[in-house]
Amino acid sequence: MAAGRAELVLVTSVPLRAAARQVGSAGGAGPAGDGARPGRLARRAAIRRVLAQRCVQAVSVTVLVSTACFAVVQTLPGDVAMRIAAGRYGYDGVTAATADAVRAELGLDAPAWQQLLRWWADLLRLDLGTSLVTGRDVGAELALPVASSLQLAAVALLLAVVVGGAVGTAAARRPGGLLDRLTTVWVAGARALPPFLLGLLLIVVFSVHLGWLPAVGHGSASSVVLPAATLAVGLSGLFARVTRDTVAQIGGSAFVAFAETKGLRRRAVLVRHVLRNAGLTLVAYLGVQAVLLVEGVVVVESLFAWPGLGHALVHAIFWRDVPVLQAAAVALALLVVLVNTVVDLAGLALDPRPRRREVVP
Amino acid sequence: MAGNRSVLTGSAVLSALLVGCTGTSGADGPAQDADVLRVVGPFEMHGLDPATSEGFFTRLGVAETLVEADGDGRLEPGLATAWEESDGGTAWTFTLRPDAVFHDGSEVTPEAVTAALDAARDEPASPLAGAPVRAVTAEPGGVRIELDRPYAPLPAVLAHTSTQVLAPASFGADGRVEEVIGSGPYRVERVELPSVIDVVASDGWTGDRPDVERISYQAVGRAESRALMAESGQADVTFGIDPVSRQRVEGADGVQIASVTLPRSILLKVDAGHEVLGDVRVRQALSAGLDREAMAAALLRDPEMAATQLFPPSLREWHDESLPALEHDPRTARELLAEAGWTPGPDGVLTRDGERFEVSLRTFPDRPELPVLATAVQDALGELGVAVEVQVGNSSDIPAGHQDGTLELALYARNFALVPDPLVTLLGDFRPEGADWGAMGWSDRALTSTLADLAGGADGATADAGREAVAGILQAQLPVIPVAWYRQSAVVSDRVEGFTLDPLERSWRLDELSWSS
Repeated sequence: MAAGRAELVLVTSVPLRAAARQVGSAGGAGPAGDGARPGRLARRAAIRRVLAQRCVQAVSVTVLVSTACFAVVQTLPGDVAMRIAAGRYGYDGVTAATADAVRAELGLDAPAWQQLLRWWADLLRLDLGTSLVTGRDVGAELALPVASSLQLAAVALLLAVVVGGAVGTAAARRPGGLLDRLTTVWVAGARALPPFLLGLLLIVVFSVHLGWLPAVGHGSASSVVLPAATLAVGLSGLFARVTRDTVAQIGGSAFVAFAETKGLRRRAVLVRHVLRNAGLTLVAYLGVQAVLLVEGVVVVESLFAWPGLGHALVHAIFWRDVPVLQAAAVALALLVVLVNTVVDLAGLALDPRPRRREVVP
Repeated sequence: MAGNRSVLTGSAVLSALLVGCTGTSGADGPAQDADVLRVVGPFEMHGLDPATSEGFFTRLGVAETLVEADGDGRLEPGLATAWEESDGGTAWTFTLRPDAVFHDGSEVTPEAVTAALDAARDEPASPLAGAPVRAVTAEPGGVRIELDRPYAPLPAVLAHTSTQVLAPASFGADGRVEEVIGSGPYRVERVELPSVIDVVASDGWTGDRPDVERISYQAVGRAESRALMAESGQADVTFGIDPVSRQRVEGADGVQIASVTLPRSILLKVDAGHEVLGDVRVRQALSAGLDREAMAAALLRDPEMAATQLFPPSLREWHDESLPALEHDPRTARELLAEAGWTPGPDGVLTRDGERFEVSLRTFPDRPELPVLATAVQDALGELGVAVEVQVGNSSDIPAGHQDGTLELALYARNFALVPDPLVTLLGDFRPEGADWGAMGWSDRALTSTLADLAGGADGATADAGREAVAGILQAQLPVIPVAWYRQSAVVSDRVEGFTLDPLERSWRLDELSWSS
């Protein structure tokens, strides 16, 4: 972070923006409103720029990812019709005869480029097609996995942010102190524990011995707790570490010293200057972790029988269910774009530095 | 405190966005009521059609087939109360149960049955597609099935789950099943593909009303997770318990273990048309090289499951006690290989005329014991000097390898009672031209004609002699090499009484359970 350059600007910009917001919330253009206007306009322009960029990105990512998926499936070893038949009928029912019937039904003999063109044409009409294995609409097929994955990721992130953020902030108060050193141990321990083992431990303790929570499944509201906790334990360590470093770094900077010299109370300095600036780094980091959580939790999903996107994706690859695979990959890619957009916008909202240099008098 | 507020607003917006997208999928799950029987198993459901629903709806008692079977494969009335053959065995008439109604209130008509059977005939995965059926016609009170030639196992084929009879309203415009409306003791309340099915007792059922009113099935992929669910009391009936978990759960409070041997064998498919494996002495040597008891004891934790012949004892009519058992005999194995011209090379691998004895073995992980058994086979054959390369892939690699001729050895589990009469599976697996899940490059005239006689309706002592001859030929020729038999276990909670396992895996018999008082 280019803290040195930003410091002086920051000190002036925060009260300015605060004034602008007060005027805005009063609902009219008062005398001070004119002075804040260029700042607000610049902010709107920045938001528009982010949204436009991300829209272009979303479209290009959709085309690229779906085409890449198609190409990869074509190059995978094994007969596609055989794989689909194995998915449909199970291992007692997959034979050359059933595979031939699948091939004829799905037109798999058509050249690959024709199949790809068909997918693109369907995509233009926002038609995701039907699953080759279950014969159901892909949208319906993926609704549950997408919802389940987002639910799990959201709960895990919230847990991790609350726990990790609080511990990290507290540890940063006294770098090198007892809590700080305990946090380091926690980070190393949590990262060294494989999620699979951690999940089993949590089930044994909270379901088998204490009987507080359901071990596995996706039925009741409480069933999200254990899988989310499994993911959150590892993440919270990282969050604590990043929060601690960022908060400590900002806490040692000149503008914080200035704010303290100015006579602000410690709490006010922490919330108004330290956490706000730390938020910039943390939100970006949160975005990266959110994406990882949605995509990369197959192990936890399978342990807890959680019907998420990872599970759907693995099955689609295993059975060569191309429409489901493409749609799932596109959904993941768009999710990445969405998270990045949210992170950008949150960054714009949080960043106390002005958008354009000329705003600062 | 403007800065404070914006931080709070920012994080609130972010979390609201994340949480908002997630919907309320957790809120409307199955009720955790005390009166719901919670069933857990490894199987996922990939479709609602009779051929792709993996038998879920017949096992749960939602849909019925014309014919049912008991645990020994003896046929019993299902939707049909009686059946008889006529015209020298080329026509069969099935009389329907007069008071049968579907869960939507409509009657089970001969036309609905005809439609279901015609759909099964068009489905290549259904054994009915392989039966010599010429026409199915509706008659008052029943259906008539005309055949091209006499086919004694027809009633057994009509007990297969793919011939289940669903109401006409089950099907959408494209002929696919959109909603499963059956005629059994339970009706479907909710299906969430691929892993959840909830059923409740049907008011239209005229038989005994089941004591268990509601059942919720959930698919759970990992064996560890299933065992923990059984231990923690989150599941009342848990299928698919692996040997290690079974030993641990046995000590837990509040649960019982039910076991039954299945008519399923783990076997090595051999390309008998192969220039090396085509020699029967080589196949016998490979068989004698396997220490089946050690494999069953160490890997299946069940020494009794070591196969001594292809047909397990649970296939009472086909298992032949008098047959000399397949035994571990490395010395005979080496002698047989030497007779066939194979001598150890410098690195221990057998060679003949400069050619090394190297073969590939395909298997798949859907049944978790298969890959470990494959490595045990690899090790045992390595002792004899046969270099085996194990390839763990998809189950379809085996039929694919059979078709393109690249398959050498394959390890899998074969269910001989896909329909209650094993004859139907044997007719397919050992037909002269070979079969994806049966013989490859091997045929035997005596075996073919004996199976044909049995299918043509041979009975009594002739049939007994025929079955004995079949078992004897398979044991001597080894077109497939038996490795192990199967025992199925389920963990049952003390909340219920009267649980039994069906060796044919046709039904979970949940309608026979009662709550413990």
